Amino acid sequence: MDRQFWTYLGWRVLQSLVIIAIVIVGSFLLLHLVPGDMVDVLGGQRGDMDAELMATLRERYGLDQPVLVQLLNYVGSVLQGDLGYSYRNATDVLSLVLQRLPATILLVVCSVITAVFFGTMAGVIAARHAHRPIDVIISMIVLVFYATPIFLTGLGLVIVFSVKLKLLPIGGLITPGVDFSFLELVGDVALHLILPVFSLSLFYIAIYARLARASMLQVLDQDYIRTAYAKGLSTYNVIIGHALRNALLPVVTMVGLQIAELFGGAVLTETIFSLPGVGRLAYDAVFERDYPLILGVLLVCAFIIIVVNLIIDIIYTLLDPRVEISR
Amino acid sequence: MMLRRVLLSPAGMIGLVTLLLIVGMAISAPYLFPKGPWALVARPYLWPGSRPGIPFGTDALGRDILAGVFYGSRVSLLVGIVATVCALVVGITVGAIAGYFGRVADAVLMRITDAFQTIPGFLFAVVLVSILSPSISTIIFAIATVSWPPVARLTRAEVLRVRESEYVQSCKIIGMSAPRIILTQVLPNSLSPVIVAAAVLVATAIITEAGLSFLGLGDPNVMSWGTLINIGRPSIRSTWFICIIPGLFVVLTVLALNLLGDAINDALNPHLRKR
Amino acid sequence: MQEQEQGAALLDVRKLSVLIKQSSRQKVRAVDAVSFSVGVGETLALVGESGAGKSLTAMAIMRLHKAQSMGVEADSIRLDGQELSTLSDREIRKIRGSTMAMIFQDPLSSLNPVLTVERQLVEAIRLHNDMSAAAARQRALELLDMVRIPAAKSRLGEYSHRLSGGMRQRVMIAMALAGNPKLILADEPTTALDVTISAQILDLLRELQTELGVGMLFITHDLHAVRSIAHRVAVMYSGRIVETGNVEDVFSRPHHPYTEGLLAARPHGSFSLDGHKLREIPGTVPSPADRPAGCAFGPRCNRSQPDCESQPPSLRNETGARTSFACYHPLKEVPA
Repeated sequence: MDRQFWTYLGWRVLQSLVIIAIVIVGSFLLLHLVPGDMVDVLGGQRGDMDAELMATLRERYGLDQPVLVQLLNYVGSVLQGDLGYSYRNATDVLSLVLQRLPATILLVVCSVITAVFFGTMAGVIAARHAHRPIDVIISMIVLVFYATPIFLTGLGLVIVFSVKLKLLPIGGLITPGVDFSFLELVGDVALHLILPVFSLSLFYIAIYARLARASMLQVLDQDYIRTAYAKGLSTYNVIIGHALRNALLPVVTMVGLQIAELFGGAVLTETIFSLPGVGRLAYDAVFERDYPLILGVLLVCAFIIIVVNLIIDIIYTLLDPRVEISR
Repeated sequence: MMLRRVLLSPAGMIGLVTLLLIVGMAISAPYLFPKGPWALVARPYLWPGSRPGIPFGTDALGRDILAGVFYGSRVSLLVGIVATVCALVVGITVGAIAGYFGRVADAVLMRITDAFQTIPGFLFAVVLVSILSPSISTIIFAIATVSWPPVARLTRAEVLRVRESEYVQSCKIIGMSAPRIILTQVLPNSLSPVIVAAAVLVATAIITEAGLSFLGLGDPNVMSWGTLINIGRPSIRSTWFICIIPGLFVVLTVLALNLLGDAINDALNPHLRKR
Repeated sequence: MQEQEQGAALLDVRKLSVLIKQSSRQKVRAVDAVSFSVGVGETLALVGESGAGKSLTAMAIMRLHKAQSMGVEADSIRLDGQELSTLSDREIRKIRGSTMAMIFQDPLSSLNPVLTVERQLVEAIRLHNDMSAAAARQRALELLDMVRIPAAKSRLGEYSHRLSGGMRQRVMIAMALAGNPKLILADEPTTALDVTISAQILDLLRELQTELGVGMLFITHDLHAVRSIAHRVAVMYSGRIVETGNVEDVFSRPHHPYTEGLLAARPHGSFSLDGHKLREIPGTVPSPADRPAGCAFGPRCNRSQPDCESQPPSLRNETGARTSFACYHPLKEVPA
C-alpha cells in the first residue's frame, strides 16, 4: 500500500463522516416531524399525567430548549452512543438494537454471499453460451426473479417448502426448547436461514446475473483475453484466471450501492419469517409508534452501511490497481 | 420511429401489450364491478374456480378477489406513475444543478444524495409512512423520497458529459443564462438514459407500495394488491391463493415494465444490441 | 530452389481461407486460399493495407479467430512437421504459446490490467514448462533481461498501466518467448508505438530472432519495417497474396502493378500504407463481400485487360522473374 492509497482512504473516511453527520441531523429533523414530542406520547399512553409533571419532564429532557440547542444536544448524545430511550420497551435504544443486530447481519451477509455467488455463476454461464438456449433459459429465469417482490418470494417459498413439502421450518431462527450442542446449533440456524436468505437474495441474484453477463461479454471481447488464449490457456482457466476478476468489478460496485436496499428488504424478510432482527424490531416499533427506537434502527443501519461501503471501496482498489490513477 | 423499434422487438411488444391490458383493467374496474372491491359477494375463503362469476375466489371476509385485483391495478399504477414523476422532478433538478454548477453545489448536493442512499430505502419509506399516517399521498411522498437519489446520480453524470460539449460552451460565450442553458441545451441532451430508468422506477415504486400495504401500511380506504396480500397472510397455510393471485399481478406488471424498459434502452442504443 | 525451401519450412500454409459469416446463409471469404511458408530462422513479412486479411491469416494459424462468426478452411497448415488443421482444440492449445507464440498490436489492451507482470509471465512459463514457482520467477527475470528491460526485478510487481508503451510491448515479447517458441507471429507489433520506440522494438525483435533462431511471421503495413526486419515478403490485397519473394527482389523489381503502386507511393511521404496515402492508385480496396469475379485489383489497375475480369489469377513463377506474382499482365523486367 503506497501513499496514494492512504490519501485516498483518508479522503473517503472524511467523506463518510460528513455523510454520517447529515444522517444524524436528518434523523433529528424527522423526529421533529412527528406531531407532539415524546412527553406527549408518554402522557397519552399513561393518561394520568398533569401539565406540571409534563413540564418537569420536558425540562429534564431539554425539550423546552430552542430547536438549535436540542439539535446540538441530540448530536452530542448520538456521538456518545446514546440513541435515546424506548419507553415501550423500557430500555435504551442502542442496547435494544445491538441485541437484535446479529440476526440481521447474519441474514444480510448470507444473502449477499448467496446473491453474488449464484448471480455471478449464472451470468458467467450465460455469457459463455451467449445467444444459445442455455443463455435464453437463464435470462428468462433471471427476468422473473427480477420482477418478483421479496415478500412474494418469501410467501411462495413458505407455501412450497414449509407448508406443502414440510422440508424447512416456517419461521424463527432457532428451534425453541431444544438443548443443542454448538454444531447442532449451527446446523439448526442454517436450516432456519435457508428460506429467508433465498427470499431476500433471489432479486439480487437476478441483478448480479444480468450485470455479470453483460460485463463478462464485454470482458471476453478484450484483447487481453485473446492474449490469454494465445498463451495456450484452456477456456476454463481464461475465464477463471483472467476474465472473472475483471467482470466482477461492476458487481462489487453494485453490492456497495445495494447494501442499503438489503437492509430494507430485511424488514420484510424478518417479518415474514419472524426472525429476531432489527428489521422486525423496526416493524414492531412502527406499530407501537416508538419513534426513538425507529430512528435508532435507521441510524445504526446507516452507520453500518457507510462502514461497509468504505470496506467495499478498499476491496475495489485491491481488485483493480487502476483505480488509484483514475480518482 | 423509436416506438416502431420498440414494437419490433418481441420483448417490447409483449411488455407493451401486457401493460395496456393492466391499464385496461384499471379503467374498466368501476364498470365491471360497480359494487366496488369491498362488497361481500359470497362466503369467505371460497377457492378459485369453485363458483362461476367468482373465478379468483373470495378473501377472509367473502370479498371478490377478482374485483380486488381490478381495483388494485388502479392503485398500483397511480402510485407507480405519480411517485416516479415526483422522483424524476426532484432527481433531475438536483442532478442538473450539481452537475452543471459543480464545486460547492455539487459537493453539498452529492453528500446529501449519499446520505439518502445510505439509509435503507424501504425501511425509510416505512418510517415516513408511519410518521405521516398511511394514505395514498403519503405513500407517494415516501416512495418519491427514497427513489430520487439514483435519478440525481444518473442526471449528474450525463450533465457532466454534456456540459463540456462545444454547443454548451458556445451558449455560455454568447451570455445565455444558466437556467436557460440547462433547460434548453443540457437537459434535452442528457435525459435519455434517465427516461429508460423511469420504467424501472415505476416498477420499483409498485413493488414498494405492495410491500408497504403488505406490512399493513397501505391506505386503509383503498384496495391495492398489497392490501389483498396482507389480508391473505394470516391464512397462508391453507388459503394461500389470496396472497398469490394479487402477487402474480404485481410480478406481471413489473415484468412488463422491465421488458418495455429494456426494449426502449435497446431502441435508444442500437449499437449495444449488436454485440 | 522452390522445392528445397519447402522441405526446410518451419511453417507451411497451403490454401488457407477465412470465412466470415455475414448472415445465416451468406459467408464472405475475407482470406482467400493463401499459401506461403516460413523457414527456420527466417522472417516473412505479410504486408498490405488495413482489411487485406493479414491479421485474420495469423489468427487462423493460431486458431484464435472467433469461432462463432468465422470459419477456417485449409488444405494444410504444417508447423515444424506437424499438421495443425486436423488437431483438436485441446491439442492446438498445447502448441499455442509453446511451439508458436503471438505478439499483438496494442500492448496496453493486450495485457491484463488487474494482474501483475509477474503473474502473467509466470503463468505463461509454468503452462509449458514443468517448473517450480521460484524457478519460474527466475526464468521471468531472465526473460525480462532478454527483452532488455532495465531493473527487471522491480518491474515484476508492476501493473501494465504503470509501464510505458515500449516497456509493455517488451513484456508482451517476453511472454511470447516464455514457451520457447519456434515460430513467432507478430501482428503489427510496432503500429501502436511512437516512431523511436517502434524502431527499438524492431531492433529487439531482429536481434532476438538471430539470437534464438526462431521463425517469424511479421504482419505490418509499414514498408520501412519490412525492409529492416524481413527476409522475404508477401504482399496481400483483398484477402489474397498478389506477390511474394525476397525483400530485395520485390522492392527493387516488383511485377504486380499493386506492389509497384505501393512502392511508388513511398516517396510522397511516410512508408505507411494506412489511410489514403496511396495517391498513386485511384480507388479503394474492395470489401471481400463485393470483390470482383476476376482479379481483385482489376478495377483500379491501369494495365487491366478484358481477360483480367474472367477469373482471379493465381500466384506463378515466370521464367526470368525473381518473384512470384498473381497477374496476367505483369510489369516486365526493365532491360539492364
